[in-house]
Amino acid sequence: MDKIKSLRMEHITKRFPGVLASDDISIDVGEGDVLALVGENGAGKTTLMNILMGLYQPDAGSIIINGNAVKFRGPEDAFRAGLGMVHQTYMLVPNMTVTENIALGMGKNLPHRGGGMDLKTVRKRIGEISQRYGLAVNPDAYIWQLSVGEQQKVELVKTLCLGARFLILDEPTSALTPQEVDELIALLHRMTDELSIIFISHKLQEVKALSNKVTILRHGRVVFSGNTDDYSPQEIAAKMTGHEIVLPKNKGNGKAGDVVLSLHDVTVMSDRKTKALDALSLDIKAGEIVGLAGVSGNGQRELAEAINGLRKVEDGSIIFFGKDIANKTPREIIDSGMGYIPEERNTEGIVPPFSIKENFVLKDISSKTFSSAVFVKGKQIDSTAEKLIKRFDVRCPGIDTASGSLSGGNIQKVILAREIERHPRFLVAVYPTRGLDMGAVEFIHAELLKIKESGIGILLISEELDEILDLSDRIAVIYKGSIQRVLERSEATPERLGILMAGVKE
Amino acid sequence: MLDIITNMLSMCIPFSVALLLASLGEMFNQRAGVFNLGCEGVMAMGAFVGMLIPFLAGHGGAVSEWYNLLGFLVAALLGALFGLIFGVITVTFRAPQGIAGIGLQMFGVGTAGTLFRHFVGGTQSIPGISDINIPLLSKIPVLGDIFFSHNIVAYLAYIFVPVAWYILFKTYWGLKVRAVGTNPRAADSMGINVSRTRYQALVVGGALAGIAGAYLSIAQAKMFSDTLISGRGFIAVALVYFGHWHPVQIMGGALLFTFAQTFQTVVQSMGISFPYELAVMLPYVLVIVVLSFTSRNQTTAPTALGKPFNREIRT
Amino acid sequence: MTRGFRIAFRCVIIAIAALAAVLIASTILWLIGADVSDTFFTIVIEPLSNMLHISEVLIRAIPLCIIALGISVAYRSGIINIGAEGQMAMGLLAFTGVALAFPDVPRPLLLPLALIASMIGGGIWGFVPGILKAKLNVSELLSTVMLNYIAAQFYSLCLRTIYLDPAEQVYGTGTPQSMRLTENVWLGRISGRLHYGIIIAIVLAVLIYLLMWKTTMGFKMRASGSGARAARYGGISVGFWLATSMAISGAFAGLAGGVELAGVHRRAIEGITNNYGFSGVVVALFGGLHPFGILPASFLFGLLIYGSTLAPSKVGVPANIVQVMQGIIIIVIVTAQMVLSNTYLQDRVWRKYQALTKKEA
Repeated sequence: MDKIKSLRMEHITKRFPGVLASDDISIDVGEGDVLALVGENGAGKTTLMNILMGLYQPDAGSIIINGNAVKFRGPEDAFRAGLGMVHQTYMLVPNMTVTENIALGMGKNLPHRGGGMDLKTVRKRIGEISQRYGLAVNPDAYIWQLSVGEQQKVELVKTLCLGARFLILDEPTSALTPQEVDELIALLHRMTDELSIIFISHKLQEVKALSNKVTILRHGRVVFSGNTDDYSPQEIAAKMTGHEIVLPKNKGNGKAGDVVLSLHDVTVMSDRKTKALDALSLDIKAGEIVGLAGVSGNGQRELAEAINGLRKVEDGSIIFFGKDIANKTPREIIDSGMGYIPEERNTEGIVPPFSIKENFVLKDISSKTFSSAVFVKGKQIDSTAEKLIKRFDVRCPGIDTASGSLSGGNIQKVILAREIERHPRFLVAVYPTRGLDMGAVEFIHAELLKIKESGIGILLISEELDEILDLSDRIAVIYKGSIQRVLERSEATPERLGILMAGVKE
Repeated sequence: MLDIITNMLSMCIPFSVALLLASLGEMFNQRAGVFNLGCEGVMAMGAFVGMLIPFLAGHGGAVSEWYNLLGFLVAALLGALFGLIFGVITVTFRAPQGIAGIGLQMFGVGTAGTLFRHFVGGTQSIPGISDINIPLLSKIPVLGDIFFSHNIVAYLAYIFVPVAWYILFKTYWGLKVRAVGTNPRAADSMGINVSRTRYQALVVGGALAGIAGAYLSIAQAKMFSDTLISGRGFIAVALVYFGHWHPVQIMGGALLFTFAQTFQTVVQSMGISFPYELAVMLPYVLVIVVLSFTSRNQTTAPTALGKPFNREIRT
Repeated sequence: MTRGFRIAFRCVIIAIAALAAVLIASTILWLIGADVSDTFFTIVIEPLSNMLHISEVLIRAIPLCIIALGISVAYRSGIINIGAEGQMAMGLLAFTGVALAFPDVPRPLLLPLALIASMIGGGIWGFVPGILKAKLNVSELLSTVMLNYIAAQFYSLCLRTIYLDPAEQVYGTGTPQSMRLTENVWLGRISGRLHYGIIIAIVLAVLIYLLMWKTTMGFKMRASGSGARAARYGGISVGFWLATSMAISGAFAGLAGGVELAGVHRRAIEGITNNYGFSGVVVALFGGLHPFGILPASFLFGLLIYGSTLAPSKVGVPANIVQVMQGIIIIVIVTAQMVLSNTYLQDRVWRKYQALTKKEA
């Protein structure tokens, strides 16, 4: 098979309804190059790579490999040309084994014996690849049994088994601990002897550590291309956002009060009937932000759901302002003053076909403010909604617009507005800025700090260590459903958190 | 008493074939992520053309066995066509599958009834397919009647159970079907054509439902009527849940439900004093009871079941 | 994208959908050798030709409307009720039971009592699949279909046994039916067979509008249907509202049965449900799941259903054709809705259109 000596994408344009996702983008990767594709969320990085893999068809522009123009009608064409991509959300089928997942991608090259698949040969091939690159995977494990880090290894092995000579990695470090990130970078360094790599990131340390070239996208356009070594992380950051954004930091203003939420030996089951929380205990005071750090899938979602009455608590107690709220209904917990920004803003935070005003009153429609007897007070709801979209700067055509049609940042503002307007006594915020651009992140961070300073306790669950370090007064590390350790902000460093997140006891 | 039980058991295999085939077809649909509630309508169409061909060929009288088989073949083709149509509606246009299935069911049942009145008219029976007694084995007392003296399609249907298992779990096509029903986005990223795979599964499922319908008219009732299917298509869908999307467990379910259905025949023919309507109700009640016990915490369910796939819309 | 283009896009899609529906129906008619235009004339135009026909259409529109209103409540709450046929049968049984048990109670008391009984009968039959879905995640599509068959058998059983007209036993005609119900449960008639059920249907439509869009109950039901997860996270007990909406839906189907008995048949007999339960699903969808759309939609489908009863004698087309048409209409509606809500497609067509107009200019 030929090496890929050069790969160019020229004048790529791709339109989605209302968005120009790629606007005349050109990139150029040579043999052994590592190109970092940098940009904010929504800048169009993933779209561009999906075009390269044949998943999207560009409206205009061309892809040129080794000097020849190619046209990929689907990923199978891209595989054949030697490209392989590890997507940000792993593209694995959970109830199949590693071998079956890899066989799935092999298409016409899948060895057969009789009428059936010859999985033995596939398994052998997996063994060879894992040995050669030092990527240990168990070919007979089911995907759902594997941790996030292990799944990423499977993704890499899969891509290599399918014959990739050119790797595309979409945010490969986003779900890893700092130590796993270092390991991955070392591995990729070794691979550059044989492969070219494009990797998408918005973390500048990694860009510096791994790449020799960098291309920055903003709003679907290339705003900068150059050699990584010539620029400092600060310079790249400035080019990425277009203007200087300094995210607000927790300066320790306001005083922490009494413990208001106290979890004691809480045990909860996951959807697969395994223990998601294992005798977890944690105290949070009024007026402090406790950041919950951990590799995703260690019980974060279940913890938030248990506190909010959305998941059965098998054992233990959750004391909220002196009352046990374990296994109370969501309604009772909401009425006791709990605020909640759920993980999935589109399906858990808002009712998408409902208008903005209806989503504002979702939790309070039966309150005296918005209804009398059984009838809703239309005018009251309208005026409240008008007030809230102004105060929270929700960009929308009007209060009757369907919430589902808004951008992620504006949806998050609708949720935040609803929760703050309810004057909660406590707030659980789960991945509150995931997938948002810097402007929206800044706004939400500032609001969270404001809430905290007004004397309200916040449990902040996030997978972005920077976010946790910026905002938290104390940081709790969760591992396999229990709290490893709680650190003061001053004691916490990314390295120390990384070790705790990987399950090492100090 | 023993007679009654032997009698019921010997009816189990031949009477279960329609349910079994329709369920296995629906299993392929659902494994690929499409919930086809139109099964009932496809069965009605299959039952109608299945009996139409031997009926026309023999002018209502005796016909060569080949015409019966031709009836099955045409029913399979028509069923496949209906699968294709359902693919256009739910895969290409991504219409909500539940309500679209109801539409297909009405269309199929209505069309079968309309065409039947035109081409056949009133109640007309056909000679139907004959049983094949397997030499020696069919002579075994009791067991011979239960297992070894049925028609060719019944044997083939049961042979198809392990074949379906092999297709689903050991072939590349089966792997693709399971992948598009569980994580279509992943399958898509690996170069698998999600729509095409779903279409294929729908065609296979439709053909099986067509054959299942034809079995009812050619082999079982030896006639067609508006109420011939009477919910078997829906029961077949329920059996897929009951059988956890696995061919062998589905076979078990088909036998269990058929056993419940034979109860009404027993009540009718043996003159047991038991309200006939209650006996007819039994399998329907059983479906609800069984679903109540098996619907919660379905971890084996294809996770993309009922969800249309669109590469360009990220969720 | 201009407003004009959007409207034009909608109109074109709807026109294509209507055309597709007519084409498919015509194909079936052509297959059975019927005169296509004659058949459409007989089914759609002829029933409007005189007052007698129109009142027959309205008689059929009444149960359709009441059932469809109920189905729309359930549908908007996230549960598809295709069990109206069985719920209606249970309503018939409850109504008949009250009428047979208390024939001497005066009409102002007995008629409402019997109607309420029919609502309770249908309501229970709707509540069961609702609670099974809410608590045990049983697919309502399957459970309601099964309950239809069960109700049909139960209905026959009752007609053959406890409700059987004593006169039938004497003469032995073999028709399982109840005796003629007391006049104290009759609904008055306006003209011909057209009865005051039509007023009930219109009043119910207004009530459903108020319920769904002006009350907190309606808000919570719609929230449960439009985004069950978010509703649950917002403190709305989705399961409770699912079961409630199904009970309402069933009660409406039961009431449709009661009204039908009180206004038209006045004795329980086989065939009263007349597939109204399934047709109601089509009416609800066609009416856009909105009471003020359901009113005209039920008239239209009343027309189709009545027209199809004329078809066998006038043009030799079996009455099953109405079921064929309803199936086609459901499929075409849900498909067209997806095309209309597909912003990607709309965007693509808009750009093609722009490219075309630019070239010309």
